[in-house]
Amino acid sequence: MQSVIANLALLGRSTINRLAAIGRSGMLLMHAVIARPEPFNSFPLLMRQLYSVGVLSMVIIMVSGLFIGMVLALQGYTILVDYGSEQAVGQMVALSLVRELAPVVTALLFAGRAGSALTAEIGLMKTTEQLSGMEMIGVDPLRRIIAPRFWAGLISLPILTMIFSAVGIWGGLLVGVDWLGIYEGSFWANMQNSVDFFDDVVNGLIKSLVFGVVVTWVAVFQGYDSVPTSEGISQATTKTVVYSSLAVLGLDFILTALMFGDL
Amino acid sequence: MDFIDDIIIDIKQLTFSRGDRYICKNIDIRIPRGKVTAIMGPSGTGKTTLLKLIGGQLKPDAGSILLDGDDIPRLGRHELFNVREKMGMLFQSGALFTDMTVFENVAFPLRVHTQLPEDMVRDIVLMKLQAVGLRGAAELMPSELSGGMGRRVALARAIALDPALVMYDEPFTGQDPIAMGVLVNLIKTLNKALGHSSIIVSHDINETLSIADYIYIIADGGVIAHGTPEQLKQNDAEQVRQFMQGLPDGPVPFHFPASDYATELMEGR
Repeated sequence: MQSVIANLALLGRSTINRLAAIGRSGMLLMHAVIARPEPFNSFPLLMRQLYSVGVLSMVIIMVSGLFIGMVLALQGYTILVDYGSEQAVGQMVALSLVRELAPVVTALLFAGRAGSALTAEIGLMKTTEQLSGMEMIGVDPLRRIIAPRFWAGLISLPILTMIFSAVGIWGGLLVGVDWLGIYEGSFWANMQNSVDFFDDVVNGLIKSLVFGVVVTWVAVFQGYDSVPTSEGISQATTKTVVYSSLAVLGLDFILTALMFGDL
Repeated sequence: MDFIDDIIIDIKQLTFSRGDRYICKNIDIRIPRGKVTAIMGPSGTGKTTLLKLIGGQLKPDAGSILLDGDDIPRLGRHELFNVREKMGMLFQSGALFTDMTVFENVAFPLRVHTQLPEDMVRDIVLMKLQAVGLRGAAELMPSELSGGMGRRVALARAIALDPALVMYDEPFTGQDPIAMGVLVNLIKTLNKALGHSSIIVSHDINETLSIADYIYIIADGGVIAHGTPEQLKQNDAEQVRQFMQGLPDGPVPFHFPASDYATELMEGR
């Protein structure tokens, strides 16, 4: 009987801890985002973060996009050629990328490269009392440290997603047209006829914007809320990658159902 | 402390606990304006916690901390950041920003809180660094400094804005004898020249006694004695004598609370 009560207490405590963490993360986002804008001070900080979060993620995004586009074209060709419709490879590559693969894969790679780096950086700042030091100087770390990183993630991810799609389509072109010999005119024409700007491209970008909010929010919160020890930072970094990847995949299903569910 | 009328910080009935353990319980401390006040006591008695409570980084369970009439635990987030402009704090770890040079670290408070022109910022930073003997290290990164040097840079940063109150958390730890002497003098001189109030948390008895105007000794979650250095030297209470003379045996335990030593050793057999 006692062990049942102990287990119940444990369950209750962990539920309360989780709810409290969600509350704290909401407060963090509110304080970081809802603030009087100070363009003169904030802009250089934002630019620095856009560089480290966005520009430095470009190589991994481009390489991944290229290979995924190439694989899509190759896989699509082997199936479509049986039905004599290999001309539709361009359409297939473009639709798969802009609707689904580009937002999701970019967000997952972004969580692994930039999200984990953000968590580790903020966690280490906390461990070395840099955040406390900043507070005592009278500067709010939520605005100075968290806010520029959050906005940088939010801005970078949709742009990285577009780059991913573009490079992926180019990869598809390399394999489909240059290697497998599909007629280039029909590769592009099929793509242009079937990809709708609002239904496909804009919806894909909306997805990446939502993923940008979630991944960066999880990353900065895990860093800020980490236990200030080396073990605490390692746990926080792991949590960032796991939570944000799961959130991206779960949200992708919900967003896809909302956007394309009535087809 | 009736002879002091001008109080910058008035701590009343302050209680703070971590889990079931009381770090401080109903303590009253008054920090005089323009003087050097030391808070001393054995390790783990909550001296650093007390500084964090004064800085508003921790919230007490009960009690008030009045800084010039502002009750710090009850201030909103925005007001708290405004009040902190009046404080400077030297952290035990230094807490330098690792992505900035020494110069930029010291310039940071000036840049965010003042509209001073760049050449004036430069002059002030160089003067502060000269005061701690590290003007030549201005272009180094914090990772290139030793622990003691890092602490001196942090001190230069803490006094960059000439705050009304400077809190020093273990300023003498890890300093070589030359730097130690310079720091003792610096804290004393700064206090006299700029007229700010200082709180020093330390257990370096000789150095602290030489510069403090008033001393509080805390142990077991409460203030066990307070007075001027002379008053404390003549204090007969056993706890105070043990601490002031660094004796291992006495009412203040050297060991963290634990079960009986012999019993615990025998338990494993």
